[in-house]
Amino acid sequence: MKASAFSYARATSVSNALELLVAYGDRAKVLSGGQSLMPAMNLRLISPEVIVDIGELTELRGIGVAKGILKIGALTRHVDLQRSAEVAAHAPLLTDAVAEIAHPAIRNRGTIGGSLAHADPASELPACMLALNATIIISGPKGERRVAAGDFFKGIYETVLSPQELLVAIELPIVRKNSAYFFQEFARRRGDYAITGLAAQAVVDGGKFTDLRMAFFAIADQPVLAKAAKALVGVSVTPVALSAALAALGHELDPHEDQQASSSMRRHLARLLMARGVASLLGRPDLDIGGHA
Amino acid sequence: MPISLEVNGERVDAHVLPRINLADFLREQLKLTGTHVGCEHGICGACTVRVNEDIVRSCLMLAVQAHGASVQTIEGLSDSGEVADLQAAFRDRNALQCGYCTPGMLMAVQDLLKREPAPDRERIREHLSGNYCRCTGYHAIIDAVETTARSRAGRRS
Repeated sequence: MKASAFSYARATSVSNALELLVAYGDRAKVLSGGQSLMPAMNLRLISPEVIVDIGELTELRGIGVAKGILKIGALTRHVDLQRSAEVAAHAPLLTDAVAEIAHPAIRNRGTIGGSLAHADPASELPACMLALNATIIISGPKGERRVAAGDFFKGIYETVLSPQELLVAIELPIVRKNSAYFFQEFARRRGDYAITGLAAQAVVDGGKFTDLRMAFFAIADQPVLAKAAKALVGVSVTPVALSAALAALGHELDPHEDQQASSSMRRHLARLLMARGVASLLGRPDLDIGGHA
Repeated sequence: MPISLEVNGERVDAHVLPRINLADFLREQLKLTGTHVGCEHGICGACTVRVNEDIVRSCLMLAVQAHGASVQTIEGLSDSGEVADLQAAFRDRNALQCGYCTPGMLMAVQDLLKREPAPDRERIREHLSGNYCRCTGYHAIIDAVETTARSRAGRRS
């Protein structure tokens, strides 16, 4: 199908975009790369009255490193992340994750800010933000506010963003020494929505985790930072300790069921990913006790 | 809304409704019907065109978003001869039957071969994963891409 009629405003600056959003409120939708918004409009799942196009706000585009922080502008496209030497050096988890987002033609338009603001629970980038302990920077009529990724996502397609606010950038602490990362997802075909996936970031010292953040996606109404991973920090990870963590993960998660997978299948895949992740992060293939999917 | 853009090297000035996507603009207003419309929600890849040198889904882009951009369609690539060898390989290898996916397929293949002159079959499959073909079963398409990559490499050396 085709999108129903709407009015269109091309924002000329961030402050102009905010003026438009204040004027139109929840009658407006922000258009960034459009790779989720346009399908939803073409399918008439949503029919906004006004589209505020922020595509020409070049000040929101780009990747920079300063004072231990990797800052990514909201309009930075997936393909820009994929090809960025700064991202590969300071947040390689993102480099791996972006390669799994849809297909090349989609990655050429889709943006990180758009993906986070859209908050599809099956998306890769929201989970990466949790794993990387990101800070989301939001501009609104009352100025700027900073929200930890863990507080940003509220539910399916739901975030703390109000209709008058604009997500402008993401800040990531650059990865420390001895850090390791792991990204994997299960999908029926390459580029399909994930059935379940894991984005993990860890610090490993002397064979033990000193930090372990495992964010699962496509498992609940928003990405989930596994509490079960905490039990593996600061201890020598034995097969018994890992089994206990896997069991705890199974209890912690309450996966949804849909036409792609049952709840128990998702739980099984999440445990499998946790075992694979821990084995990979520690460089201990002996711990990969999850079996095969 | 008034828009100005470049399509296949020619400047175009037009008026469009905001809701018109780039695929419909190219087909209905410019009569460039080589760009096909399949699913209209970014799954099938039949509407793939080049915008500022990157392949994109023209059904997931509004015509007003192409204001100031340089757009190339299959007509442009075909007329310039840029994909003549690829088109011949598709024909020789029976890499098309109904032809509906072929323009989008050629756009995506050319995008890959420009960036990676010698991709293996897995890479070709990965790059074309967003382009559906309901006739060929894909093997013949991968064959045609491989053949073209090899013959281009031969011409360069």
